[in-house]
Parts: sequence; structure tokens; C-alpha cells
Amino acid sequence: MSEKFDVIVVGAGPAGTSCAYTAAKNGLKVLLIERGEFPGAKNVMGGILYRKQMEEIIPEFWKEAPLERPVVEQRFWFMDKESMVTTSYKGLEWAQEPYNNFTVLRAKFDKWFADKAVEQGALLINETVVTECIVEDEKVVGVRTDRPDGEIYADVVVLADGVNSLLAKKLGFHKEWKPEEVALTVMEVMKMPKGSINERFNVEDNQGVSVEIFGESTKGALGTAFLYTNKDSINIGVGTTLSGMIKKKMKPHQLLEELKSHPMIKPYLEGAETLEYLAHLIPEGGYNSIPKLVGDGVMVIGDAAQLVNAIHREGSNMAMASGKMAAETILKAKELGEFTERNLDSYRTDLYDSFIGKDLKKYKDAAHTFEEHPVYFEQYVPLMNRAMSTMFTVDGTAKWDKQKKIMNSFTAGRGKLGVAKDLYRAWRVVK
Amino acid sequence: MNILVCIKQVPDTKIIKINPKTNTLDRSSAPAILNPYDAHAVQEAVRLKEVHGGKVTVLSMGPPQAKVAIKKCVEIGADEGYLISDRRFAGADTLATSYALYKAIQKLMDEQGIDLVLCGKHAIDGDTGQVGPGIARRMEIPPLTNVIKVEEVDLKEKRMKVRRKIEDGYELIQSELPCLLTVEKEINDVAYSPLPNMIKAARYNPIVWTVDDLDDVDIKQLGLKGSPTIVGKMWPPEKSAGAEMIDGDVKKQAKALVEHMLEKRELFEVKGGEKV
Amino acid sequence: MNMEEYRGVWVFIEQRNGELVDVGLELLGAGRDLADKLEVDLCGILLGHNVKDRAKDLFEYGADKVYVIDDPILELYRTETYMKAVGDLVRKYKPEIFLYGATANGKDLASAVATEVMTGLTADTTLLDVNLDKRLFEASRPAFGGNIMATILCKKHRPQMATVRPKVMKKADPQPGREGELIEESISVQEENLKTKVIDIVRDTNKAVNLEEADIIVAAGKGIKDEKGWKMVEELADVLNATVGASRDVVEMGICGHEHQVGQTGATVTPKLYIAIGISGAVQHVVGMQNSELIIAINTDPDAAIFNASHYGVVADAFEIVPLLTEEFRKVLQSGAEEGGVAHV
Ligand SMILES: Cc1cc2nc3c(=O)[nH]c(=O)nc-3n(C[C@H](O)[C@H](O)[C@H](O)COP(=O)(O)OP(=O)(O)OC[C@H]3O[C@@H](n4cnc5c(N)ncnc54)[C@H](O)[C@@H]3O)c2cc1C
Ligand SMILES: Cc1cc2nc3c(=O)[nH]c(=O)nc-3n(C[C@H](O)[C@H](O)[C@H](O)COP(=O)(O)OP(=O)(O)OC[C@H]3O[C@@H](n4cnc5c(N)ncnc54)[C@H](O)[C@@H]3O)c2cc1C
Ligand SMILES: Nc1ncnc2c1ncn2[C@@H]1O[C@H](COP(=O)(O)O)[C@@H](O)[C@H]1O
Repeated sequence: MSEKFDVIVVGAGPAGTSCAYTAAKNGLKVLLIERGEFPGAKNVMGGILYRKQMEEIIPEFWKEAPLERPVVEQRFWFMDKESMVTTSYKGLEWAQEPYNNFTVLRAKFDKWFADKAVEQGALLINETVVTECIVEDEKVVGVRTDRPDGEIYADVVVLADGVNSLLAKKLGFHKEWKPEEVALTVMEVMKMPKGSINERFNVEDNQGVSVEIFGESTKGALGTAFLYTNKDSINIGVGTTLSGMIKKKMKPHQLLEELKSHPMIKPYLEGAETLEYLAHLIPEGGYNSIPKLVGDGVMVIGDAAQLVNAIHREGSNMAMASGKMAAETILKAKELGEFTERNLDSYRTDLYDSFIGKDLKKYKDAAHTFEEHPVYFEQYVPLMNRAMSTMFTVDGTAKWDKQKKIMNSFTAGRGKLGVAKDLYRAWRVVK
Repeated sequence: MNILVCIKQVPDTKIIKINPKTNTLDRSSAPAILNPYDAHAVQEAVRLKEVHGGKVTVLSMGPPQAKVAIKKCVEIGADEGYLISDRRFAGADTLATSYALYKAIQKLMDEQGIDLVLCGKHAIDGDTGQVGPGIARRMEIPPLTNVIKVEEVDLKEKRMKVRRKIEDGYELIQSELPCLLTVEKEINDVAYSPLPNMIKAARYNPIVWTVDDLDDVDIKQLGLKGSPTIVGKMWPPEKSAGAEMIDGDVKKQAKALVEHMLEKRELFEVKGGEKV
Repeated sequence: MNMEEYRGVWVFIEQRNGELVDVGLELLGAGRDLADKLEVDLCGILLGHNVKDRAKDLFEYGADKVYVIDDPILELYRTETYMKAVGDLVRKYKPEIFLYGATANGKDLASAVATEVMTGLTADTTLLDVNLDKRLFEASRPAFGGNIMATILCKKHRPQMATVRPKVMKKADPQPGREGELIEESISVQEENLKTKVIDIVRDTNKAVNLEEADIIVAAGKGIKDEKGWKMVEELADVLNATVGASRDVVEMGICGHEHQVGQTGATVTPKLYIAIGISGAVQHVVGMQNSELIIAINTDPDAAIFNASHYGVVADAFEIVPLLTEEFRKVLQSGAEEGGVAHV
């Protein structure tokens, strides 16, 4: 039999690397297997890295990690065809240590992070695809890879293989995701000189902006678009639930092209040159879609476990936190001397008790509700735009009459009660 | 049979960018890879070892990061790897490179004996193919360049037969051992490395030597000082004005193309057409 | 080293089976310019067996002197014998510039000689010049996969050596009857002291793919999609009497063998006519064909990079235009034969 490790982690994204790092740091013999040419090579993220969960793994990581810009302003754009209503918060306290969150390019960040895990003693192998878990007596005892002599054993296998998690599926932990449980997102990294970014987004060199865009950006389908500033590039992307795409017969890249040429966006992109085009799924099923997380000798973390808060666009942080929790559980199980489902189960309970479980529970019906009731994205955003336009257009109409007109436009067709219901429903799912 | 393979870490020229202001290589833009030809050389060494026994050692000269390329060779199946790394090696052209590598090879020769040295046909950054024959000359062993096949190894008689690719075919050449081969890509397919090799490589730490670890080195022959050639200037290759585009429907386009092809009338047996 | 002692421009004349390889004559053409600028002799170095007679060709192509070593031991190229012979000549006659064709044997020999006489060697040059003020040879070459050109100098060592890509330099027009000085030398090695022996040479004379020496190449890229597309390209090549090249992607798809590949990891070609069909024009491909004399590109994508590297381009579907081209050209060739002229040029 070939070599045996304490832990095999499959996938060197934020989840897997956090787990490998924590386990190796505490003296476990860890093998981290990544299918990409290097960690991050193919990984995709809009680009907001939250400070808190990362800091819990590597304190003061910002002093060393390849980050793009700390975000000092979060903007929200509610876009119609030729207009938008915007709101934002900018705070310079976010421009200073310890910062709030950062934009990152995953290809750089993931590689750096994985190297840190290697420094802690984890063994990293790239360009190797894990094809399945080796199951003996209903216990996961290792993994099989696509390489010759490709079997390798461990006490625990941690599945951090991202949204599709074929491995967890093969174990029967979850079924094929339904189209409404995943969002398809496409994005481009576009090269733009530092100076232009600073000028267009009104920031200084080491300050970044995140823009979340709703409404016309997804043609009213459930989803959002985003625009984030890196050092000398920007990330622009758009995604909707797969079901939304199917329903509206939209092609993702077409959506992105339209977004890029939208009159509200285009001026920001002037002269920018596409460096990379990426497409990826985001698990958005939320609380109700969380699969079985623990089995004998196996655990599931990060996107593979559907740990994404779609409403707040949090994913990498949950991935990291879950990875860390999984590693801590393994350490405890090691003391107990057995890696049974029972001994690993505290990972599941810890996870549900943490912000991850709580947040996902809070929003558990949100996506579903918005999906069922397209009115929010299809109608309210344009209405908001028209309301603002009506209000601020100086045309001799009394403001009082304007308000009436606006109210009428909101209730037309849905009735006062309908609007009230919509508002209540929205409040309930995100409250 | 102990085989030594010289390998080099090179920037991936597919992704390389040139800084337009300084006309120098933007090294950060291009990931470093194992020179593709050298991967074939290592693969061939591993294959020969499987048949004839012995050991495969790789040797590289370069900055500390070049260890990554050596580890890649361990993935392919090399047993050991040495990196000679020292500021005094820096700036070497092919003459100084072959000298430094030769000095390291001498030391390995004394320590473990070497029956065969393998190199890539050329390194994709410098593209010279001069280092291999240079090493052979210094070791006073025959260089067999552009090898596409090892036909036979006779360890008892201490000789081998290989196919060398030449412009219009190949030649079958026999040489005494030790000798040095530079290999073409056709020589083999680099196999998908087995998992145990991957794990071994992930763990492996190449041995690093500085100038001081080598014996009887003439410092004057190393690095920039020992390099007769220098780069005078660099400039971006002339961008051609771009093609003259031919519009119209396909028929018209085809006709026009034929006319343009006939600008090279001398190439075609268009009888009677005057030779241009 | 007294650099003043080194004078003259030398060209290594490669021969195969007693036939002179073209690149040697091309280098006499280029070397002539250098020698004239420096006001020195241009010399050919000719090694082999029963080759002495060919010296007169070299005079006609511009050589002032030819150094010949005619010996059975030199009949076939071997690094050890050639390196020894050339090394001895260099030590004895001290040239200042020494050019070799960048062929398999030319590169092999130049590399060995450079180490033997401890001098600098620039590989695969495409542009040669001298700086008369400093009396320095300026040898330029594409570097880093063709992304940049670099001039390499060898200031303190002589000779200044370079290998030069075939088909880049121009042969001079031969001057019948032009004469020069023939200097015969000898080599003193015994066969039994040699370590290598050429056992056989397999000349693939009817080798379908000899891209390096082809005058016309029709090259297929991934745009030709499959075997059917490849057939279509072959038909055009057939009519043109051209060799078929390919991009790496086509090779990797298994449509043709690696011997067809043009580019950084394939053949570097310099035909008189290169027709790129459904090739995007990635830099790795372009470095291998950019020195072709006339380049024509066919691509459906008007922004394809290949158009930047071409002289003429059409935005067209290969599957429509290539058969038309084949047909049209066939007509031209036939009408040429019949009417004794080309209809409209
Ligand atoms: C467009 C987009 C924008 C996003 N924006 C944000 C954001 O701004 N902020 C945020 O926090 N989150 C964001 N997310 C979510 C975030 O990217 C994910 O939640 C996070 O990457 C999950 O980490 P992970 O480690 O679980 O999975 P991944 O990052 O997907 O990593 C999985 C790894 O496993 C490897 N792998 C998969 N299968 C195998 C196998 N069989 N064998 C070996 N290796 C395998 C993969 O190559 C990959 O490296 C975004 C997602 C997308 C798609
Ligand atoms: C280290 C390294 C070395 C390499 N070495 C080489 C090398 O030596 N040689 C080489 O070629 N590549 C090499 N490559 C690969 C190179 O980068 C490109 O990937 C390759 O050249 C692309 O081949 P292509 O143009 O055929 O395919 P693609 O890039 O896919 O282009 C196909 C083209 O066909 C066009 N097209 C599609 N349909 C039609 C149609 N019906 N009619 C007309 N046009 C059509 C498309 O518009 C497109 O431009 C190397 C890469 C690396 C990393
Ligand atoms: N720095 C180096 N370290 C080890 N081997 C080298 C180095 N440079 C060149 N080589 C070897 O020489 C071959 C030809 O390189 P080059 O002459 O630079 O084209 C390579 O394929 C390697 O096998």
C-alpha cells in the first residue's frame, strides 16, 4: 500500500488551503491536491476578500499577501436602461489597518496562500485530479487520482473541490444542483492604468471601490453585476441563477457584453483591454441546499458545501472559516483516535452555530422568494429610476403631485395591497 | 548507468511580455517553466534507467527559484537534483554557462561517475543550443546533437547508437560512452507522472552548490566576466504594416489572391510566363 | 589576444554528399558585404572528401579564398573531426568574423568550435552588420520566442562567430569565371582514435514534409476543423506543388504529424510563399514563419493576429475560398501551358 497521510485535502481554493494550513500548522501530515497548474490558476471570484476570516488564519496577512486594493467605498447601482439610482458608503477608516476588505486576483492570492500552507508543512501537488474517494467498509480511506499509481490514503479526506463537488456527489452527499441552486457568473479582468482607475472612481492609489449593480444589468433576472477595482485592472462581471438564464434565454457572455456597453458603465471602461475572460458557477442554494457535511473519514467544506451567502456576496470567507473548523475538528478526532462520522460531527454543529449557519439561515428563503417573484428585479428597479426622474425633473409640477404620480406608478397593476405584500415579503426574507 | 541531465528553468515565452520602455523582458509577466526540451531529456534518462538500471541526476544553473524546475524533473522520475546558484554565475553566456556546468559535472563525476550526459536541443529563452556541445567539448566527450532516438546502449562495450535528425533525414551514429546527447521532442512523449513521484517531488529539496562548493574554478571564466558575448541593444521586431485586405465576394477574393500569388511567378510552372 | 592579428570574413561551407548546401552560398552573399565594408578577404571553408572541385563555385559566388581540407576521414560530418580541423584553421589563419549556416550540423560545429577556441558565438542570427568605427561585428537575432530582436556583440574575443538562419540572406548572382586563391590544408587524425562513427545516413529524399527547404508552404490551422479540411488544404498544396504545414493545435488534434508543425516548437520556415489558412497567428506560430517572402492569410476573424504578420489577407471561410483557389489556380496553370502566358496579371 502506498503512503498514508493524516489528512488529504482536495482542492487548493480558500477552503482547502485554510484547512491544510491549519492542520499542518498543528503538526498533521497533510497532502493538498489541486487539479490546476497551480492553486488559483483557474479559480474565479469577483474579487472581494474579507479581512476577518483570513486574519483568523494568518494574522496581519495584508502586510504580505498579494492584495489589490483595500475597499474604501461600497456602491450600489440600481440601473435602468438609461438611468440609475445609486447609493454608497465611503469611509476612510477602511483605508487603514486593519482594513475592512480587499479586492484580490485569485490567481495570485490562492498561490500565495497555498505556499503559506506549504511553509507550514503541507505537501502540495498540482495538476492532479482526484477522481473519487476510496471507500472501504463504508468508510472513506483515501482518494484515487487520474495519475498512474494514483491511489493515496489518509485518515480523513476533506472535500474542498468547489461548487460542483463531483466527489461529494459520488458519495451520495448531494444530488445534481438544480438550476435555481447555482448562479452562472461570467467576468472579465480588464487592464486599466492606475491613474485612470483613480480618476474614474475618485480614489487614491491604495484605495478601492466595489460596485454592485442591480436591475437592467441582469435584464431583471435574479442576479447582480459587479465592478471592482484592482491595482491596475478592474473586474467586471454579471451573473444570474442558471434558472434565470434559462427562463430569459440569455447567454452569459451576451449579458456581459451588454453590460459593458451600457451607457452608465461604458465611460468607466474607456480604453480598458480585456486580459482574461472567466466563467464560473456560484452555489446559491443557501441554507436549504447544504449537503451532508460529514461521513466516516470525510468532510465537505467551502463551495462544495454550498456555503455562500448570495445576498452579501460572501463565499471565500465562509470557505476559509469552514476549512479552519474542519481542521480543528480533525485535530480533536485525532485525540480521540478515530475519524468516524460521530467524532467528526462537531464540525457540522460548529458550522451551524457559527456566523455561517446563522447567516445562511437568515437568508434561507431570499433567493427562492426573489426567483419566484421576478417583480423585484424586473419592475421595481425601473420604477425606482422613473420615480427619481420624476422627482428631480424640474418641470413646474408641484412636488406633491409628483409624489402622487410616483405612488400611482408603483401601485398601478399590482394595487396597493400587492405592493405592500411585495415589500413585506422582501423584508421578511432579508430581515 | 548513471545519467546526468542538464536542465534549465526558462520564462514561458508564450506569455512573455516585453517592457516597451526599456525593451527588456518583464520577467514577472511570464511564469517560469522547465525548458520543454529538457523535460524530454529527463524522460529519456528515466526510460534508459528503467532498462539499464542506474541513477538519474539533474543539474541546473540558475537563481534559487530554479529549484522548482528541478522538482519538476523529480516528478518525471529523476532521482536527485543539484542547483548551482551564485551571484558569480550570473550574466553567463553559453561559453560561461558550459564552463560552470562542466565544473559541477566534474565534481559529480568524481563523486558518482557519469556514463551519459543529456541536454535539451535548446532552451526556449536563449534558443541557442550551444551549451550542450560546449559541455561536451570541455569534457572531451563526443556531442551527438538533435537526437530523435536512442537505438542501442551497450554498457559492456561502452558505446551507444543514436539517430540524429538532419535536414533531409537522419543519420545513425555510434559513439563511445560517455557521450553527450541533445534531444529533440520527437524522442519521446513525456509521460504523465505517477502519483508517488509527485509526492516525492513535493517533498524533495534540491542540493544547492555555490562557486565555493566546486573545485579549481577559474572565477574569470564565470558569469558576465567569462562571457565573450554581450547584448548590444534590443528592439521590438518591426511590426509589419499589416496585411492589405482584399474585400469583395469570395470569388473576387479568390481571383485576387491568385494574382498576388503570381507575384511569385517563378515558383510555378506557368509556362511562357516570363521569369521575374 | 592581439585582435589586430585577426582579419578576414570566413564562411563555413556545408556539403552533403559533395553537394553544396544553399545556406553556405547565401552566407557568401552576406559575407561579401561585410568583407567589403571591412576591406578584407572573404574566405570559404570547405571540408569533405572529393570536394576540392567545388571551390570554383565558391569563387563564383564571391569568395576570394577557399581553404580546403579534402580527406576521406572528413567525408561525413562528425563533430570531432570537423571541430579539430576547423579549430586548427582558425588558430593558424585567424579570421575576425566566422559565419556558419544554422543547420543541424552547422550549429553543432559552431558550438563546438566556439568552445574549442574560446570565443563568443551568436545563434540563429537574421541580420548581420559591422560597426566600422569600432570594427565590431553586429549579429542580430530574434529572442524570447521572437518577441524581441537583440544585437549580440563579441568585443574582446576573436573570431566573432555567428550561425545564420537558412534562407534569410541572399545569394549573390554567380559571376562565371571569377577566380580566387585555393589553399589546401590537411588533417592529422586517425580513424582508430575517433570515438564516433557514422553508420548510416537515411536521406528521406521523397520525404513529404521538408518544411525548412520548401519554397511554397500551405499551412493549416485549427480553422480547418478536421480531416476533411486538411484534405482540402492538401489539394490546394498539390496544385501549387507546395509543402503542407500546420499549427500546433492541428498537430495536437492528431490531424497530422509533428513533422508538419511550423513555429517555435516546430520548424522555422522561410519559403517564398506562405499561405496561412485558419491560423490565428499566435506568436509561437508567427516566429516560425514571419521571414517568409510573401505571406497570405485566410481567416474568418477580421481581427486575427495573423493579418498583422501577412502581406495580403482575406476575411473568408476557408471552406468556401480554398476550393475556389484550387480551382482558379489549376485554371491558371493550364491556361499558362496552353496559351503560353498568364491571362491577367
Ligand atoms: C464570479 C464570482 C464572484 C465571486 N465573488 C466573490 C466575492 O467577491 N467575495 C467572496 O467572498 N466570494 C465570492 N465568490 C465566491 C467564492 O469565489 C467562493 O465561495 C470560494 O472561491 C469558495 O472557495 P472553495 O475553496 O470552496 O472553492 P474554489 O475556490 O472553487 O476551489 C476549489 C478548488 O478545488 C480544485 N478542484 C476541484 N475539483 C478537483 C478535483 N477533483 N481534484 C483536485 N482539485 C480539484 C479546483 O481547481 C479549485 O482550485 C464569487 C464567485 C464567483 C464565481
Ligand atoms: C511553449 C509553446 C510553444 C508553442 N509552439 C507552437 C508552434 O511551434 N507552432 C504553433 O503553431 N503553435 C505553437 N504553440 C501554440 C500557439 O500558442 C497557438 O495555440 C497555436 O498556434 C494556435 O493554433 P491555430 O492558429 O491553428 O488555432 P486557433 O488559435 O484556434 O485559431 C484558429 C483560427 O481559425 C480561424 N477560423 C475558424 N474557422 C475558420 C474557417 N472556416 N475559415 C477560416 N478561418 C477559420 C479562427 O478565426 C482562428 O483565428 C505553442 C504554444 C506554447 C505554449
Ligand atoms: N543554466 C543552465 N543550467 C542547466 N542546463 C542548461 C543551462 N542552460 C542551458 N542548459 C542546457 O543546455 C541546453 C541548451 O541550452 P541553450 O544552449 O541555452 O539553448 C538546454 O536544453 C539545457 O539542457
